[in-house]
Amino acid sequence: MGISVSNLACERGSTRILEGVDFDVPDGQALILRGPNGAGKTTLLRCLAGLTPPAGGTLTHDTDDVAYAAHADGLKAQLTAGENLRFWARVYGSGDIAPAADAFRLHDLVDRPAQYLSAGQKRRLALARLTLTNRPIWCLDEPTVSLDAQNVGRFADAVRAHMAGGGVALIATHIDLGLDTARVLDISQFTASADGTEHDPFLDEALS
Amino acid sequence: MIPVLQRDLALAVKGGGGFGLGLAFFLIIVVLVPFGVGPQSELLSRIAPGILWVGALLSCLLSLDRIFQLDFEDGSLDLLATSPLPLETLALAKAAAHWLTTGLPLTLAAPILGLLLSLPTSAVFWLVLTLAIGTPALSLIGAFGAALTVGLKRGGLLLSILVLPLYIPTLIFGAEVVRRGADGLATATPLLFLGGITAGALAILPFATAAAVRINLR
Repeated sequence: MGISVSNLACERGSTRILEGVDFDVPDGQALILRGPNGAGKTTLLRCLAGLTPPAGGTLTHDTDDVAYAAHADGLKAQLTAGENLRFWARVYGSGDIAPAADAFRLHDLVDRPAQYLSAGQKRRLALARLTLTNRPIWCLDEPTVSLDAQNVGRFADAVRAHMAGGGVALIATHIDLGLDTARVLDISQFTASADGTEHDPFLDEALS
Repeated sequence: MIPVLQRDLALAVKGGGGFGLGLAFFLIIVVLVPFGVGPQSELLSRIAPGILWVGALLSCLLSLDRIFQLDFEDGSLDLLATSPLPLETLALAKAAAHWLTTGLPLTLAAPILGLLLSLPTSAVFWLVLTLAIGTPALSLIGAFGAALTVGLKRGGLLLSILVLPLYIPTLIFGAEVVRRGADGLATATPLLFLGGITAGALAILPFATAAAVRINLR
C-alpha cells in the first residue's frame, strides 16, 4: 500500500508553507524528514494525518490508516500510565497493552500517575500508544525528544518491527535512528516561495 | 464513545477535575439569594423557579471551557481527531460527560435547594423534570461554544458571550414550566418547547461541534 504524495501543498493557518511536495514510500520503508525549524515538517505530517486538508495536490493513502504522534504527548496527568494506555487501546479497539508497555520498558510504571513520570518516561508512554493503533502508517513528529540513547534504540527497534510487518513510517527527526533502509528527505526544497498566491497583488512585492 | 465518556468522568472526579465546581456555585447562588432578598418567604417562593433555573444555567456555564480546552492543551485532541472515533461521536461523548458531572448533580440537588427558597412543594416535581429535560441542551450548546473557542487563550469570556444567548430559550421555557406548575396551570406547551430544544440540540449540535473542532485544529 505505502504512501504516495504528488505535488502536495500544505497550509498552516492560512499561510502556505509547503508546495510541490513529491515522494513515494513503499511498504516496509521509512522516510526521515529533515529541514530547519519552520521548514514545514509538522505542517506536512499534520496534513498527511488528515488534520489539515491539503491545499493542493493529491494524497493516495486513507488518512484513517495513519497513526499520528505530535510534539505533545497527549497524556492525562491524573491518570496512571496504564490507564492512559488502556484508554487508547480501547479507542483503537486493540486488546492487551502488555506488548506495547514491554516494547518501551513501561511495565514498572503502569500504576504510576502520568504526572509523576519524567519527560523521557512520558515520551515512551506516548510512543507506546503507536503500537496499540495497529495502523500501517506512522507519522511521527520529533519522536525522540527527551529520550536517552538506550531508549532511542528501543524506539528504533519498534520502528523496525513496524516496518518488518509491512508498515510505513514518516519521521521528522534530527538525530540518526540507525534505520539502514530509511531514506532521508530534505523538505526545505519544498518551502513555499512567498506567503501569497498568484492572485495576491502583494506577491510581486514579496518576491522582489 | 464509551471509553471517552469513562475517561472524562474519571478525570472530572479525580483531583483537579471540575466535578464539584458547578454544584458548589449553584449552592452559593441559592444560599445567597434569600440574604439579598430578605426574609419574605412569599416573595422568595414566587421568584424561586427563576432563581433556581438561572443558578443552574450559570453553574453549567462555569465548567464549559474545560470541555475541549484541556484536551487541546495536552495534545490529546489532535490524537483523538486522528483516531478511529468520529469527531461527532467525540462531541456527543464530551457533552454527555459534561452533563453527567454538571447537569445531573444540579438536577438531583435542586429539590433540596428549593427548600431554601421556599419553593412550593407542588413545583418541586416540575423543577426536577424541567432540569432533567433542559440541562442536556445546556451541555450540548456549551460543547458547541467550547469547540468554537478551543485554542483561544482565555476564551472564557467569548465563550460566555457566544453561549448565553443560546441558553435563553431553555431558561424561558424551563422556568415557565416550573412557574405554571407551582400555580397549578397547564404546563404542556412550555414543556414541549423545552423538550423540542433539547431534541433539536441533540440532533444538530454534535455535527456543528465536530465541524468547529475540525476547523480549530487546522
